[in-house]
Amino acid sequence: WDETHFGKMGSYYINRTFFFDVHPPLGKMLIGLAGYLSGYDGTFPFQKPGDRYEHHNYMGMRGFCAFLGSCLVPFAYLTVLELSKSLPAALLTAFILIFDTGCITLSQYILLDPILMFFLMGAVLSMVKCNSCADRPFSASWWFWLSLTGVNLAGATGVKFVGLFVVLLVGLNTIYDLWDLLGNLSLSLVMFGKHLLARVLCLILLPLALYTAVFAVHFTVLNKSGPGDGFFSSAFQSQLIGNNLHNVSVPEHLAYGSVVTMKNLRMAGGYLHSHWHLYPEGIGARQQQVTAYLHKDLNNMWIIKKHDSDAADLSDPSSPVEFVRHGDIIRLEHKETSRNLHSHQHEAPLTRKHFQVTGYGINGTGDSNDFWRIEVVGRKSGKLIKVLRSQVRLTHVATGCILGSSGKTLPKWGWEQVEVTCTPYLKETPNSLWNFEDHINPKLPNISLDVLKPSFAEILLESHMVMIRGNSGLKPKDNEVTSKPWHWPINYQGLRFSGVNETDYRVYLLGNPVIWWLNLITIGLYLLIAVSMAVALKRGVQLTSELKELSRVVLRGGGQIMLGWLLHYLPFFMMGRVLYFHHYFPAMLFSSMLTGKYW
Amino acid sequence: MLGFLKQPIVVTAEINLNLVALTAMGLVTRLWGLSYPRAVVFDEVYYGQFVSLYMKRIFFVDDSGPPFGHMLLALGGYLGGFDGNFLWNRIGAEYSTNVPVWSLRLLPALAGALCVPLAYQILVELQFSHCAALGAALLILLENSLITQSRFMLLESILIFFILLAVLSYLKFYNLQRQSSFSGSWWFWLLLTGVACSCAVGVKYMGLFTYMLLLAIAGLHFWHMIGDQSFSNVSLMCHFLARGLALIIIPVAMYLAFFYAHLALLYRSGPHDQIMTSAFQASLEGGLARITQGQPLEVAYGSQITLRNVLGKPMQCWLHSHTNTYPIRYENGRGSSHQQQVTCYPFKDVNNWWIVKDPGMQQLVVSNPPRPVRHGHVVQLVHGITTRYLNTHDVAAPLSPHSQEVSCYIDYNISMPAQNLWRVEIVNRESDTDVWKTILSEVRFVHLNTSAVLKASGFIGASLPEWGYRQLEVVGEKLSKGYHQSMVWNVEEHRYGKSQEQKEREVELHSPTQMDISKNLSFMAKFTELQWKILTLKNEDTEHKYSSSALDWVTMDTNIAYWLHPTSGAQIHLLGNVVTWASANVAALVYVCLSLWYLIRRRRKIYDIPEDSWQLWVSAGSISVGGWVVNYLPFFMMEKTLFLYHYLPALTFQILLIPIVLQHLSDHLCRSLLLKSMFSALVVAWFSSVYLVYHTFSPVTYGEPSLAAPQLRALRWRDSWNILIRKQ
Repeated sequence: WDETHFGKMGSYYINRTFFFDVHPPLGKMLIGLAGYLSGYDGTFPFQKPGDRYEHHNYMGMRGFCAFLGSCLVPFAYLTVLELSKSLPAALLTAFILIFDTGCITLSQYILLDPILMFFLMGAVLSMVKCNSCADRPFSASWWFWLSLTGVNLAGATGVKFVGLFVVLLVGLNTIYDLWDLLGNLSLSLVMFGKHLLARVLCLILLPLALYTAVFAVHFTVLNKSGPGDGFFSSAFQSQLIGNNLHNVSVPEHLAYGSVVTMKNLRMAGGYLHSHWHLYPEGIGARQQQVTAYLHKDLNNMWIIKKHDSDAADLSDPSSPVEFVRHGDIIRLEHKETSRNLHSHQHEAPLTRKHFQVTGYGINGTGDSNDFWRIEVVGRKSGKLIKVLRSQVRLTHVATGCILGSSGKTLPKWGWEQVEVTCTPYLKETPNSLWNFEDHINPKLPNISLDVLKPSFAEILLESHMVMIRGNSGLKPKDNEVTSKPWHWPINYQGLRFSGVNETDYRVYLLGNPVIWWLNLITIGLYLLIAVSMAVALKRGVQLTSELKELSRVVLRGGGQIMLGWLLHYLPFFMMGRVLYFHHYFPAMLFSSMLTGKYW
Repeated sequence: MLGFLKQPIVVTAEINLNLVALTAMGLVTRLWGLSYPRAVVFDEVYYGQFVSLYMKRIFFVDDSGPPFGHMLLALGGYLGGFDGNFLWNRIGAEYSTNVPVWSLRLLPALAGALCVPLAYQILVELQFSHCAALGAALLILLENSLITQSRFMLLESILIFFILLAVLSYLKFYNLQRQSSFSGSWWFWLLLTGVACSCAVGVKYMGLFTYMLLLAIAGLHFWHMIGDQSFSNVSLMCHFLARGLALIIIPVAMYLAFFYAHLALLYRSGPHDQIMTSAFQASLEGGLARITQGQPLEVAYGSQITLRNVLGKPMQCWLHSHTNTYPIRYENGRGSSHQQQVTCYPFKDVNNWWIVKDPGMQQLVVSNPPRPVRHGHVVQLVHGITTRYLNTHDVAAPLSPHSQEVSCYIDYNISMPAQNLWRVEIVNRESDTDVWKTILSEVRFVHLNTSAVLKASGFIGASLPEWGYRQLEVVGEKLSKGYHQSMVWNVEEHRYGKSQEQKEREVELHSPTQMDISKNLSFMAKFTELQWKILTLKNEDTEHKYSSSALDWVTMDTNIAYWLHPTSGAQIHLLGNVVTWASANVAALVYVCLSLWYLIRRRRKIYDIPEDSWQLWVSAGSISVGGWVVNYLPFFMMEKTLFLYHYLPALTFQILLIPIVLQHLSDHLCRSLLLKSMFSALVVAWFSSVYLVYHTFSPVTYGEPSLAAPQLRALRWRDSWNILIRKQ
């Protein structure tokens, strides 16, 4: 199952090829490292679930994940022990985690989740430990646990963005802590400042630094061109060895007769693309499809022509080179199919209010709907257009609309490429801006393009933007088995990991129903107890000291765990992306700890 | 004696005079020249069609919100004697004489005008001075965007009215709490809070935010009451129950009542029928009901049926077959079984009829008594006109190669046996022995040999090429885990087959179905279905020329052009009062900073302001800043198309904050008399600038008088504003 993704990404690290994934790199880096140390050579293709590993050495990676997964048990044990000070409760929690089938399944394979849960539990444990050291601030163990919290936070966020929820949990806990200290009048403001600084240092600066370092390692390790290139901007690609933009030299200014590729400036925008297939019946005019395609392909090539002259005299080597200028009216001919980029007043396939963009004409002869005005953002007319660096807008002359990529994925007939439309709303967005990437013109001198080198901060920002886009873009496909958040706590439906109908042994992700139902009941029961205790306290009922101690454990310690559960569960209700059963597991850890405490 | 009589009269007269004056001014600003322009303005084109449908009693579904707001607009039309005959097709179209423009726009305008005294009263109830209250009311009065929005057939002003009413009545109730619990007026204001909340939610779902805020505040107040030892346990319980009744049960009941009225008013079938299930459609007059009235309820062996796909996307369609076969080879070179095509056809046709047959028997008529088909029974489906059996086998489907082809079996005498047994699974069954019912039962057909499920490919572009006449593809889905509507079918037309002979049967199939009994859904079933459809029906999110993002609103970076005179330069824009918007933002910022400052200082036991004015500051802030936050921040998480007018409820709360902050500043920060008078002078100057801006922008607020191009250009204070200037 998902081993195909993460195992493959581990291989990429070993092969040092660049790839793109919606999760931050730490988890995959660790997998790659484990594989590297155990002698895996990164050659297994990881093509589809159920393929056999055969002679490849995969035990290192699996063993690593399983080891981290088994660390959860002692972590949970220690946390509960610290919070409730009772051995039976801690043992019960540990047993629940040991015998939960779901946890076992999840940590046996090459997945990100065991790594994520490891860091997550580590953060919670060290936070709790740190709280219990609060009476001895600035002692060695206090510093140790505090900075360990920070390290684990960076780890959790570095594996998956779900780790941000635990950051939130720790953050809330810290704010509460500080508020307490602020109210303590015996503490001078200077001391309070020290407390504040220590926390800022360990919980904000340290994780940030580590997180950035992870990315720095990511980008230095992966310095070869690979399958993820197309998601990134031209400037980024020029950094990768083997990419056709690496150390490339192209003619600087755009000229008529040049062969070019155009890339959309939207984050993760594709190349302007066309192919022989036509739009299906009922979707605009039945002309050739024009799409945006994220991968490099011969079909991304376009030839720039003047709107009034033909191709023949341009290919004549003796004719002088003529540069394209800002404000010129041009025609773009698709190199493979010799059709012109065309638009007309038919509605676009998905974005109904935009116009459809097609390939039209035979061998370069079309009609006046093939004319586009080329404009550079922020420049005056008559200026030359620079390859890579100019941000270009293409305005359709006849209708006045602007060529843009809507970012929506076309259905099967469009090969799941991205829709390209002509938008009549003249808004300045990256959707409607393009730059020229490749530029082939034998008649022009080439110049080197080292000037494009982006700084590390820019790379970091860009990769985050791309990841966020990718995350929100994971929309459910037709017929895919997805689940809804409310399915999770009741163990409504599992997730098939591997084994199609033909094989005999299968792996199915499903929690231990007894444990899960118990957890659910505990949450309800806890809420009941907590509310009645809070009301009793508020009403000023006289309690015995034993009960008072109990209520402190219930409200404070239980509250922390409950908050953790809520933070890891509720946000999924608001997410539009594909959700799977395994997203519930972090929350499930919290509910198990809660269960352990109250029985 | 005389003094005793005099005093209350004077006091009440003073407040009333303020309020009356404010109400009058509100009415003047909102109602002046209301029927101008006599043309469709902006979203009137959208709400107007619903008003027309109400007038004609035709059923519709609007995914933008619950029906109460539409009903109120329709009430205006009803009072004005509107007959619903107007084609709402384009913004700017002239109204014909039968449209009572004035009365259609009256209700929103009245609601907008009443917001002015409401704002005044809210500040008074928050225990601020009349001066501050007057300021708040005047700011609302002179807010151009609120004026524009309330002068047309739009819902925001009604929504804001109910929101403010809910806040005011809660405050009244809370202030009465201290003196006289469970008195008549106490009950009145408590109940009014609930009613106003449900009305707000009924107008637009945005009202939910304010409702939640009030619930939270009420919860907090009750939490303080729990800590108060002077209440006995019993009286606490009574308080709790009273609040639960008024703030939860009554709003829910009211909300249901809106839908009840909606469904009671709209009993005719109309353009949105096909979104609903067959059962719902059958409950409407006309449309499907005309056909299905009087069909036998239970499907039996020998029944003649049409099967409708429950998904209804991209269009509603029925299981269909015709004599043409699948081409031997498709365009891309893949092979097919060359058997008779089975498709999903979006129109009624005689080829949509199928006969349910018992695999163990030969007869195609219903025996006497009929033998009903139950959940789990195995049947064959015989196509009525061609008498071929519905079949699926391990051949790739034409458009979805990962699924099985579905065909009507033709015996070519090659080694491809018929696999035509299907198990009927009723999805919405109550017990495992349920009978398959017409319209009501949602059924899956599971193929016995391959356990594939009969499914209509519901994706866009699922229509077959030329050889399949562009009808929609039907496949056998092998990965049948989970429930998806495209795999579920229901019987729509149904009759008991009587003729065994093929020729007779064809005649029978062509004849219309007979009438028998009718089926009616209960209100709750209709409500749940309609509510579910409203929440899940998602219009394809469209880009709009004037759509904006939530971030643009605070700084008013966008505007919306509502209307443009066909010849002159007169136009109406949704544009706020710049000074008010800017000062509201400043006020919010000052409030947050000052609160944080006070809070931290209080934590260190340093008290800058007296305790009661701190309480005042907190309660006023929790209403106005809280109202702003809950009505604004959720929009950052929404994915739908957003417009500037979505910000108006939040803006109203933010405007209420300005006088609160001003009064606090003058009371506590201006210590000396000189500072105080300087501050008042500043406030007066600032107020006159508010008026000045209101006056400057009033031509584009009211659409009168028409401005020339240079004047319009002068109004374009920001480059991002889109003011329409006619080219000469």
